[in-house]
Amino acid sequence: MSLDAKIPDGPLAEKWSRHQAGLRLISPANKAKIDVLVVGAGLAGASAAASLAELGYNVTCLCFQDSARRAHSVAAQGGINAAKGYQNDGDNVWRLFVDTLRGGDYRSREANVYRLAELSLRVIDQAVAQGVPFAREYGGLLANRSFGGVQVERTFYARGQTGQQLLMGAYGALLRQVERGKVRMLPRREMLDLVLVDGRARGVIARDLQTGRLERHAGHAVVLATGGYGTIYYLSTLAMGCNASAVWKAHVRGALFANPSFTQIHPTCIPATLETQSKLTLMSESLRNDGRIWAPRKSRDERRPEDIPDDERDYYLERKYPSYGNLAPRDIASRAAKEICDAGHGVGPTGRGVYLDFADAIARQGQTVIRERYGNLFDLYEKITGTNPYETPMRIYPAAHFTMGGLWVDYDLMTTVPGLFAIGECNFADHGANRLGANSLLQACVDGYFILPHTITDYLADDIRTGPVPAEQPPFETAEREVRERIDRLLAIRGTTSPRRFHRDLGITLWNHCGMMRNHADLERALADVRALRERFWRDVHVTGSADGMNPELEKAGRLADFLELGELIVRDAIARNESCGAHFREEHQTDDGEARRDDTEFMHVAAWGHAGPDAAPQLHKEPLVFESTTPTVRSYK
Amino acid sequence: MRFHLKIWRQAGPDVAGRMVDYDVENVPGEASFLEMLDVLNETLVARDEPAIAFDHDCREGICGTCGVMINGRAHGSLRGVTTCQLHMRSFADGDTIWIEPWRADAFPVVCDLVVDRSALDRIVQAGGYTSVHTGTAPEANSIPVPRHAAERAFDAAACIGCGACVATCKNASAMLFVAAKVSHLALLPQGRVEARDRVRTMIARMEQEGFGGCSNTAACSAECPRDISMEHIARLNWESIKARITSGS
Repeated sequence: MSLDAKIPDGPLAEKWSRHQAGLRLISPANKAKIDVLVVGAGLAGASAAASLAELGYNVTCLCFQDSARRAHSVAAQGGINAAKGYQNDGDNVWRLFVDTLRGGDYRSREANVYRLAELSLRVIDQAVAQGVPFAREYGGLLANRSFGGVQVERTFYARGQTGQQLLMGAYGALLRQVERGKVRMLPRREMLDLVLVDGRARGVIARDLQTGRLERHAGHAVVLATGGYGTIYYLSTLAMGCNASAVWKAHVRGALFANPSFTQIHPTCIPATLETQSKLTLMSESLRNDGRIWAPRKSRDERRPEDIPDDERDYYLERKYPSYGNLAPRDIASRAAKEICDAGHGVGPTGRGVYLDFADAIARQGQTVIRERYGNLFDLYEKITGTNPYETPMRIYPAAHFTMGGLWVDYDLMTTVPGLFAIGECNFADHGANRLGANSLLQACVDGYFILPHTITDYLADDIRTGPVPAEQPPFETAEREVRERIDRLLAIRGTTSPRRFHRDLGITLWNHCGMMRNHADLERALADVRALRERFWRDVHVTGSADGMNPELEKAGRLADFLELGELIVRDAIARNESCGAHFREEHQTDDGEARRDDTEFMHVAAWGHAGPDAAPQLHKEPLVFESTTPTVRSYK
Repeated sequence: MRFHLKIWRQAGPDVAGRMVDYDVENVPGEASFLEMLDVLNETLVARDEPAIAFDHDCREGICGTCGVMINGRAHGSLRGVTTCQLHMRSFADGDTIWIEPWRADAFPVVCDLVVDRSALDRIVQAGGYTSVHTGTAPEANSIPVPRHAAERAFDAAACIGCGACVATCKNASAMLFVAAKVSHLALLPQGRVEARDRVRTMIARMEQEGFGGCSNTAACSAECPRDISMEHIARLNWESIKARITSGS
């Protein structure tokens, strides 16, 4: 298969406008004859569903949560980037483009990233008009702050709840279309298969999580907006329900999966302490604007942090990266924390933690200012840990967070299955090997509001005479039967081990061998372990309850079965990418001072994997990355 | 720690439910309330009994998915937290804990501790937004918003839609939920344009969905995990009166 990313010709800054001008249109009367399925109602899904309905399409939107307002976009704390240049600090579209491309360690497409930066301007306008209460200056105009990996202030924020507030905006827009009858909103539905008719995506099989009934949903195109799969690591910053099942089913049905091993480990999370722990909590990266990260110079220093004098503290990010200091990009800050803990300087009961200290900031700016900026984050920390961060430094440690990898899409955000689009975190498109802070909300909004509605219209222009797609036809019957058989199979195993236990084992394997640092021997071991775990799962999982009605154990088991296959692909991708880049750090490939060493001769490509069956080796397709307007340099934040 | 639990079990919406006794052991005090339920569920699965269904997702207090009555209090007795942010260190070893779903006519029980809160979505659907098509927005800084107004709007917008206010209210009123949305948008110039219609349609929809009226007991605000203030109900009433006067009905 030759991969055509369909990057438009012309100068970088004109590619999108030229391309958009060439996309086909559909008249309003004809749009009313077309049905679009949107799976997922987070920021990407809700913005896409609302925008498509506004244009006149008939939209069906499914989400597994009990309401469209609850998707994991709500948990994004820090902010959203936009190149408005309000702060007179020299920021513009070009700089946001370069920061994103460089932050991703030159493993993303120039044209996609430029478009992301270009459309960032409109996202803020849209959100403000929806009533998103962004932080403001006393003069009433919008405030900005800086964020990891950049030297300008371009991040717009709404206290520590930017994602929630942006999602409320998109959710309102979505519900407005539900009220108009243009969107049929179906919560508590999980997509369990993709249906292809004559090679085109024409529908999905979903399970009603409340009644247990299987449903067929047909349409002219399917949009996946199903988020990331960081929960594969078991302990992660993601919501418990986040899963890869929709993208994995799409992959099995023919959509290529790109860069699956590119996983971002977020540097500032509350460390894990318990075996019963179910998830990790993120502390916004914005804290690094004022907090200083350090570890004791003495190894296994048991003193209280307040009692350790300044000259016995190692402010290791400031020491190693003087120009960016505590604002070094996420992948670099995470690895540095791991290294310092591996060397025995970690703090807390497990020795896996470092301090994030606000004492200097409070002394310099006063507690009132710090409370105003981060009050809700400090409260959150205190609620979870029972300690007061105004008095004692926070303890933090990296945790699995965002997946840069996802379904391969072309410039139009269409996967390799015609009619199947992927937007937001579930595609691979914009972040390369490491995502810049405050770019995830941006991508979700840009994809959903401003790109997909145009590119999908071009695709659907062929469908104005198709007529309604019937769900009563053989491909739907076959897919539904296969879904039912798989559910029955899971329930029939009646083994001895709970899905949660298997999930934990998978997570530990991936975290230890395919996490912040990877090497060939460990990865080979992980591959064998994940396979053995999958074999044992299908022999020994115990799923209680039945397929009728609500059954959370069955949901967990189904998602885990897909994770076990995806886990293997993640490890294979990490083995194949025999270089270090961004968040993918292969210990074999580092500079003398321990920084990632890219191999631009061999690996300047997107690795897009094709499915060949559960037990067959996947096929690797390479999309070369071409840099016309920039020259890939070695990332340096020193 | 060990606890004696009395939990509402109900297999489906149309069957009768009852309180069932469970004992749970070896729970660390640092575990969250939901992690304690995870521990219990693991023991149920090992005994081949159906796991207890409860709604949850982000487990950091922002998604609004979780929420149960704990000893008769929405999200438990700790102030300003959701159920997922409540830790077992707040209880004494050996405590008996009563765990029930939200109770309200407008929130029918789906299964065990899970209720159907879609009525809240339908209230927002009636007008809890600004009617702005994608792409039509003016330049963001062309709409200045006084900082204090933006901050107060944010206080209202912080609502996570968990439904604790409804579950707590003796009238099962959703007034605090409606007020948070009405107030958030009424305080901003972007939302003023439709303020008059919004307050009327949202209140009408709330009544239609079977929620009760507000008798200002302020229990909702006391139990709200986001500390949404009664001030917003006052503002809703003011907006509602203004709407009636200016429309002449």
